[in-house]
Amino acid sequence: MDLLNALVAVLNFVVIPATAYGAQLALGALGVTLIYGILRFSNFAHGDTMAFGTAMVILLTWGLQGLGIALTPLPTALLALPVAIALTALLMLGTDRVVYRFYRRKRAAPIIFVMASVGVMFIMNGLTRLVIGVDEIRFDDGARFIIGVADFRRWTGLEEGLALRGTQVITVAAAALTVAWLFWFLNRTRSGKAMRAYSDNEDLALLSGIDPERVVRQTWIIAAALATLAGTLYGLDKSFRAFTYFQILLPIFAAAIVGGLGNPLGAIAGGFIVAFSEVAVTYPWRKIAAYLGWESDGLMQLLSTEYKFAVSFVILIVVLLFRPTGLFRGKSV
Amino acid sequence: MSAPYLAATGMTGGYGKADILHDCTLTVERGQIAVIVGPNGAGKSTAMKAVFGMLPLREGRVTLDGEDIGALSPQERVRRGMGFVPQTHNVFPSMTVAENLEMGAFIRDDDDGIARTMDQVLTLFPVLADKRRQPAGELSGGQRQQVAVGRALMTKPQLLMLDEPTAGVSPIVMDELFDRIIEIARSGISILMVEQNARQALEIADIGYVLVQGANRYTGTGAELLADSEVRRTFLGG
Ligand SMILES: Nc1ncnc2c1ncn2[C@@H]1O[C@H](COP(=O)(O)OP(=O)(O)OP(=O)(O)O)[C@@H](O)[C@H]1O
Ligand SMILES: [Mg+2]
Repeated sequence: MDLLNALVAVLNFVVIPATAYGAQLALGALGVTLIYGILRFSNFAHGDTMAFGTAMVILLTWGLQGLGIALTPLPTALLALPVAIALTALLMLGTDRVVYRFYRRKRAAPIIFVMASVGVMFIMNGLTRLVIGVDEIRFDDGARFIIGVADFRRWTGLEEGLALRGTQVITVAAAALTVAWLFWFLNRTRSGKAMRAYSDNEDLALLSGIDPERVVRQTWIIAAALATLAGTLYGLDKSFRAFTYFQILLPIFAAAIVGGLGNPLGAIAGGFIVAFSEVAVTYPWRKIAAYLGWESDGLMQLLSTEYKFAVSFVILIVVLLFRPTGLFRGKSV
Repeated sequence: MSAPYLAATGMTGGYGKADILHDCTLTVERGQIAVIVGPNGAGKSTAMKAVFGMLPLREGRVTLDGEDIGALSPQERVRRGMGFVPQTHNVFPSMTVAENLEMGAFIRDDDDGIARTMDQVLTLFPVLADKRRQPAGELSGGQRQQVAVGRALMTKPQLLMLDEPTAGVSPIVMDELFDRIIEIARSGISILMVEQNARQALEIADIGYVLVQGANRYTGTGAELLADSEVRRTFLGG
């Protein structure tokens, strides 16, 4: 019985939240890795792209709610996603036009692109705050729980409860569908293969008649979609605050680098590695240890949650020291 | 006699301030094999890039089939029937052999024709058929060169430009590759190629250019250059 309780507690406090968080990081890291692979720079503005995309989703959600349109039991935000993605993609394409294209034509060094993206990050950050403010916003209006704690206890007779929130299931399902679509696109379609070819060898792509500007546009559109989706899922799961998306940039980069920058499969694995490490290290294991017959005075928590970003840092440093190309052989950083 | 199929005349230019090419001229007739030889750093690769529009020329003209193509970008030249296999980085390493070939056919939309060219390429290079699903980056040097030439052939070029196609391959594979190149030329495709293995290359050349410091030093049929004692002494090692 205690073993079952321990298992349920691990599921409830570690596995379920880390899986949802991992899926969000994976989507974010996919965007970062895609831009790195094709445009060849680390895009520091990706977190704020997520924030902007999510802000668009929230504004549209309010609009839909105002019109009395809902998607119950699913959150209305899902209905707002396509238009928000289109708006974010427009912003990305516009930014590319006025900022990055200039440096691309000059064949500027990657570090210059990175610096430019830091500038873009500040501007997008300001833009997001301007349109939606700095307050915490909850915009999840779907069914809260698929499994509630009380129900679970009643069904199983266990002491431990287990909750499964709708947003967690939506997160994982949406991420799985998106990843499947992305891999299909990259491996099976002409446009997707052209993107991979361009990522592999830009000059040879030119010699094959692939239009680089088209590849770049496609990349920004897909990155905008991934960022908006990742940001929205994160916001639905937790809540929306403009600045948390700046902070989440660190675990996202850690995920992309752990997996191997430029490698989509690696980005997904990296997302889950970082998420599980973060949750496992900041979770107080005392209760679970007690179920397993091991009483302890301390909380058995390796790091308090305020320090959760240290986990990403440590993972980053270890990977960069011992395996700079990441677990899945990406490009060296 | 009509104008040559490709005529690059009086090419002068370089990567930055200093000129690498000095009044360099290269011409290829239809269905012929033209070979460029010369010491390391002579500007052979630079001349190839110039012909393909990957290097701004200060002076000179490039005409293809009588038409001035000087203002066209490399992609546009591909559409005009020019195929190029660069000296290095000439495959997509993470993509499979089949995908590499497919990318060669990117500009074409005649699915039947593409399938036919694919068959021809796989007949020409049977190893590639066995390695279809393998990433090109994992192949041996010789196989990779075959992928590179195959990719260029998939664009269905009238003129195929090869920069040291036999670099880093074993002598046996080299002979094989030369045979394949002759076969390609027999099918009516003009070939302009740079070769480090000067003697073997000149043996199959209809016309040969010896390039030194970005300028034409000797020009003649392959046989003439092989017979020339000066050329033999200085470039062919006796
Ligand atoms: N991208 C570049 N930028 C500046 N200079 C270059 C560049 N590529 C080559 N050069 C210079 O141009 C000159 C000619 O180089 P090129 O590569 O054309 O010679 P090559 O005849 O092809 O030599 P190899 O037999 O080694 O291939 C050399 O002095 C080289 O240093
Ligand atoms: Mg060269």
